Amino acid sequence: MRPWSVFALQLAALCALLGGLLGLVGLPLWLDLAAAERELLQALLVGRGALLAVLGLLLLALLGALLRLWRSAYPAAAKRLEEEVGIIHRVNPQHRVAIGGAKPMRRLGHALNDFAVAYDAQRQDVEGRIAQTNARLEQEKNRLAALMSELAQSVLVCNVEGRILLYNPQASQLLEGREAGAVGLGRSLFGILDQRLIAHGLDKLRQGLEQGASPVAHFVTARATQLLRARMVPVLGQPGELLGFVLILEDVTHSVELASRREHLLRQLTEGSRAALANIRAAAETLQQYPEMDATHRQRFGEVIRDEAERLSLSLEQGLARHGDQPGGQWPLEEMLASDLLCALQRNFSTTLGLSVRCQDSGEPLWLSLDSYSLVQALTQVMDALAVACAIHEVDLELSTVGRFARLALCWAGEPLEPGLLHQWEERALSLGGADPAGCTLKDLLERHGGELWCQADRAGGRNRLFLQLPITLPHPVAPAPALQGRPVYYDFDLFSQPGQTPELDERPLRELAYTVFDTETTGLAPSEGDEIISIGAVRIVNARLLKQECFEQLVDPRRPIPRASQQVHGLSPQMLAGQPTIERVLPLFQRFAEDTVLVAHNAAFDMRFLQLKEAQTGIRFIQPVLDTLLLSALVHPGHAADEHRLEQIAARLGVSVIGRHTALGDAMVTGEVFLKLIPLLAERGIHTLKQAREASRKTLYAKLEY
Amino acid sequence: MSKSVLIADDEPNIVISLEFLLEQAGYQVRVAHDGQEALEAIQRQPPDLLLLDVMLPRLSGFDVCQKIRENPAWQPMRIVMLTAKGREVEVSKGLALGADAYITKPFSTQELLAQVRDLLADR
Repeated sequence: MRPWSVFALQLAALCALLGGLLGLVGLPLWLDLAAAERELLQALLVGRGALLAVLGLLLLALLGALLRLWRSAYPAAAKRLEEEVGIIHRVNPQHRVAIGGAKPMRRLGHALNDFAVAYDAQRQDVEGRIAQTNARLEQEKNRLAALMSELAQSVLVCNVEGRILLYNPQASQLLEGREAGAVGLGRSLFGILDQRLIAHGLDKLRQGLEQGASPVAHFVTARATQLLRARMVPVLGQPGELLGFVLILEDVTHSVELASRREHLLRQLTEGSRAALANIRAAAETLQQYPEMDATHRQRFGEVIRDEAERLSLSLEQGLARHGDQPGGQWPLEEMLASDLLCALQRNFSTTLGLSVRCQDSGEPLWLSLDSYSLVQALTQVMDALAVACAIHEVDLELSTVGRFARLALCWAGEPLEPGLLHQWEERALSLGGADPAGCTLKDLLERHGGELWCQADRAGGRNRLFLQLPITLPHPVAPAPALQGRPVYYDFDLFSQPGQTPELDERPLRELAYTVFDTETTGLAPSEGDEIISIGAVRIVNARLLKQECFEQLVDPRRPIPRASQQVHGLSPQMLAGQPTIERVLPLFQRFAEDTVLVAHNAAFDMRFLQLKEAQTGIRFIQPVLDTLLLSALVHPGHAADEHRLEQIAARLGVSVIGRHTALGDAMVTGEVFLKLIPLLAERGIHTLKQAREASRKTLYAKLEY
Repeated sequence: MSKSVLIADDEPNIVISLEFLLEQAGYQVRVAHDGQEALEAIQRQPPDLLLLDVMLPRLSGFDVCQKIRENPAWQPMRIVMLTAKGREVEVSKGLALGADAYITKPFSTQELLAQVRDLLADR
């Protein structure tokens, strides 16, 4: 019932009471009067009706005022106290009740505050002890997280429904590709990998468990251009009960390709040679067996032998040309720019050998596969010997490309180098320090790199060159590791107990749902008059935990001017928005991010209006359920006035610290934390499921707010 | 009467040696250059022994072998398969299809002749 109707009822009851009292006193008095006295009294009253009415109204006003005073002193104050005690009890123990109302109520307020202080102290003591235990637990979790993030393999832990409970950065890097946010806590693995494969793997694990073995399932799957090798290991609860699985993924695209090329080469060199060898051998044996053969036959057999030998050479050449550029095999070679090798040589020659070194670089990026340390050391030793042998003080380093090779030249004026000397150096053991196997020579090193070394003298020009030729490789792009802020939240084992997320979200408890809490910044407050979104920020809540690492933040080019007044609110200038994607490109990304979740926003109607106005233009519809923290707050604290349900006030009341206000992501984070604090308060009022929350929201006063 | 041998191989460089050697050994030799041609030659007159290359154009050596063994009239014919692959699975496939011997290239011509002689002497 509305407050003023309660007031009117109470006033009416008061009037009725007064009237009753008056009647109770008046009736015996009237009965006692003689007829003449009654006439006299009637005469007195007749003609003073107006005065009596005025007096009556005055009395009514007086009663009304008194009633108001009493109400604010007692029932209203009591209601406020009740709400605020609720806040202390369930949300923010540091909160203290406001002292107000009549004296006894104020005394009660003080008493409650004293009690709150004692309660808080006791609670802190308990929490301190809990925190100690949690810190230990957290340390262990951190160790796990650190271990996970240092693993070279991509690791995902999922429950049997395929929801991701834990992942490491390598996994998100490997699987996300173009699609950011595909890997996230609580997200489905089936959006990333084929569901049938996983189901098959799970079947194998279950079978293995039934047979009492410790099963492992393997499979290889192609994903876009990647070839992934996966190992599935069960996560067990009760003996034999399958809770989920650990998935270890490895990108084998490159190694499989390399292996198949090797295999191909090998087959070409063996099977391809068999026929030719057979022909040669048969012809040769025939010739040998029948020496008295006539000349025509003899010539034909000779032709066969020559013909087949040529074919054999050709196939050998082709095979090597196609596959022979894979140097090293097992040796760890790293990819390096030729110009970087040049710089390293220049530095080493001038610092350790004291030579004056000039560099000529074409500037073209040439990638080489190198064991750069050994190569630089070896070349420095060669240069040292060369400087002594040919009395060199100045050297030029030149880099050029010849076909599939990079050719590096050490170039000097004066004495040419004796080739015999170079051969001696090639055979000499290198001293490269502990890392290299003992007795490794320059020749071994060159062979490992698929490289060659030779010298040439240009006697006319007086320039001599020592060439090093190395095969050029194509670099494999390495994605930069994502920069992480704070400790990453990559795991959520509570999801083990979560059943698959179904469309029947309505009956699910609020605590168990996945949410996307979002906020927008806009050019103004009137979407229907052309105001536009300029920024969307969002963060996910899974299993009642705010996942700060899994957030969405995107500026949007509004393609319209931004009023100065709004710039002061959000601090975004036209320059900052120039070149950002437009709303047509941002909304699909946001939709993907918010997939399968309930939307939450503060004053959601406002943000949803902006999104709905873009439906026709972008074809993107946000049809998932929406919850509004403004409405929910009004629902749990109806005694607070409208302006006490602004985000800052709610946050302060619920003990949420506010940072980054008026950036979309900052507001989304605050809204998310507020929402988490509201869930227990809603439960207190019997609101447990999504359906209950939505229906209750609809009934609150603020639901009528229109934009 | 001398025994007849049919060589089914598409590589003239091996056919020349095989033909010469077998003729010198006293066999009647005919040559087919692909699988289809080999079958036709057999239909005209079945040889006592077939030297069959696996990698033949039109109809592979395996197919030819299978067709021969499907025809009861050709059961006495000896089949020696020649291959440049020589993986074990192929050897067993050839023998399963009814080849009497399976020879992997490169081979010794003396051993091949000995094998041919043995197979024909059985009859």
